[in-house]
Amino acid sequence: MAIIQQIIFLIVLGIVGWFVFKRANLIRKTISLGRDEDRYDQPAQRFSIMLRVAFGQKKMFDRPLIGLMHFVVYAGFLLINIEVLEIVLDGVLGKHRLFAPFLGTFYNFLIGFFEFLAIGVLVTCSIFLIRRAILKVERLQPSRHREMNGWPELDGKIILLFEIVLMIAILTMNAADTVLQEMGSPHYTPTGDFAFSQFLKPIFANWSENSLIIYERFAWWFHILGIFTFAVYVTYSKHLHIALAFPNTYFSRLTPKGEMNNMPDITKEVKIMLGLTTSEDPASGTESVIPERFGAKDVPDLSWKNLMDAYSCTECGRCTSACPANFTGKKLSPRKIMMDTRDRLEDIGRNMQTNKGEFVDDGKSLMGDYISNEEILACTTCNACVQECPILINPLDIILQLRRYKIMDEAQAPGSWNTMFQNLDTNQAPWKFSPDDRFNWAEKLRNEV
Amino acid sequence: MSELINKVPTMAEMAAGNETPEVLFWVGCAGSFDDRYKKVTVAFVKILNKAGVKFAVLGTEESCTGDPARRAGNEFTFQMLAMSNIQVLDMYGVKKIVTACPHCFNTLKNEYPELGGNYEVLHHSEYLQQLIDEGRVRIEGGETFKGRKITFHDSCYLGRANGIYEAPRHVLEALDADLIEMKRSKVKGLCCGAGGGQMFKEPEPGKKDVNIERIEEAIDTGATTIAVACPFCMVMMTDGVKNKEKEDSVKVFDLAELIAQAEGL
Repeated sequence: MAIIQQIIFLIVLGIVGWFVFKRANLIRKTISLGRDEDRYDQPAQRFSIMLRVAFGQKKMFDRPLIGLMHFVVYAGFLLINIEVLEIVLDGVLGKHRLFAPFLGTFYNFLIGFFEFLAIGVLVTCSIFLIRRAILKVERLQPSRHREMNGWPELDGKIILLFEIVLMIAILTMNAADTVLQEMGSPHYTPTGDFAFSQFLKPIFANWSENSLIIYERFAWWFHILGIFTFAVYVTYSKHLHIALAFPNTYFSRLTPKGEMNNMPDITKEVKIMLGLTTSEDPASGTESVIPERFGAKDVPDLSWKNLMDAYSCTECGRCTSACPANFTGKKLSPRKIMMDTRDRLEDIGRNMQTNKGEFVDDGKSLMGDYISNEEILACTTCNACVQECPILINPLDIILQLRRYKIMDEAQAPGSWNTMFQNLDTNQAPWKFSPDDRFNWAEKLRNEV
Repeated sequence: MSELINKVPTMAEMAAGNETPEVLFWVGCAGSFDDRYKKVTVAFVKILNKAGVKFAVLGTEESCTGDPARRAGNEFTFQMLAMSNIQVLDMYGVKKIVTACPHCFNTLKNEYPELGGNYEVLHHSEYLQQLIDEGRVRIEGGETFKGRKITFHDSCYLGRANGIYEAPRHVLEALDADLIEMKRSKVKGLCCGAGGGQMFKEPEPGKKDVNIERIEEAIDTGATTIAVACPFCMVMMTDGVKNKEKEDSVKVFDLAELIAQAEGL
């Protein structure tokens, strides 16, 4: 019997490992479709940002209560993984509570601590579920935010339910286990009662040894299979932030938020036009090359970091609830920009899978088919979305690159912007004033002298 | 008190006289052409004169920094303007720049270096704070602000874009007025609605204008003065006050105007 369980476990572990690897590889492949951008400078500062913002969850604590609750789930997730390691090893080696004999009484303390975390996760996830479904926190409601309709809303609830059920499984499993230990059931290593599951023992008081073993095995399998399912599920879900938040903060921008990335191709052109360098000038390197496209029309035009941002987004909506365009009723939602970017990446990933790893043009693009011009035109570039994101995602960077494409490549600017551009080109001011009048403001003061 | 003579020398005049100014005052397009913001330019020039700062302006040699073009997606126009500005600035050997416009400030400070223009750039809120701290500007001789309720509206390009939250507040504290914060301020500060090229187009369809949302918040503080530090915020806040028909009870002023008033300039 034990050997069969062991074989089944190994097969399942292999399948899960293979699925997770395939998904991770596809995600990595689609991220690397993005344009190059150097985010490898200043490793010490980057590491310190990652420690503070991802490990320490500094920005989550801007809202202390929610921050604390999120921290409980996060700490629970990280630390309970130590127990998962034991469970996986038990499964592979056909043992039971492998670590117990080595750790002695400390083992009992450790499992008690994990149970404490499990209770924390259970309570917190229940509160989060209540916030979503009953209190209806505004930024999570599909009725107010169209991007939350359907899958995203369901995804959020599924994850919370998942965690609640897993925690119930682990606690009842421990309770059944200790009851079996007291019966002297052979396979069950004596460890003594655990801190929290001891209170669940009455549930199993009158059970026979056989049904207890069946329940303990069921809960054990249910828990570990649940975790395996979760590992695969996460790669399709908004919940991917549990992994990507770390690299995403590490590779975040170190420059001031107000700074826009330069376009060196254009600098080259402008220098030639102003006679600062000639196209034949050997010092300017290669002769002027007009790039294929200005700005970003589709995901490969964005930088790889923009694409990692999209996979990292957990759709919490802090960006959108701080967006001045959004809460005054405009179509723009920074969260939707991130979700659309990921949706496009997922579509491209599927396309690549069905075409032997190569993307075959589907006639679609991020700009136009996923994000509309009206959305990106509504942005005031106020950086509130960038400021709000707990894991340093930058929706504004994407918006501005899409704008560059619309304006420079498609030449589709609103009429009044075209007027502004003309004024700038001819009068060097955004309004229709003569450059000769630029100093008129000082006339009165200068005449006093 | 002797009548102060307000000089506004240009870089060309300075160069002709073989002189070098302490600082270049970058006036910006709104400061040069917008009737309301011209008053801010004049107020700042008066403060500089009274403080004995040796400054100069570019006069007709100044062009737009290119910010509105870049934010609207027109990189060509931005870089054409930026490159020619850098040529002018470098021709005069400019080292230090002060400007009353956060958009000019951000572009000059953060975006010109990559195009070859490297200068020390200060926003006038930072510069005023320095002058006050050094005792070169003394708050005396003019209106008293004691007991007056002032609320400061953070400009996005000063605040979140460049992390400058304290300098404008220090300047206002020097007035000895009652500084009241709005519900959303500093990092959480709400945009006036004009950034990112919005100043130059109609807003996209929605249920409310951003500046109305903001002015309601400013009025809710009970302040009689809304202090701003940006020409676009000035326009949006002033329009907001008009929209709420509060022109008589709520005034919008730039930091420099308030300091000039307190100095009796």
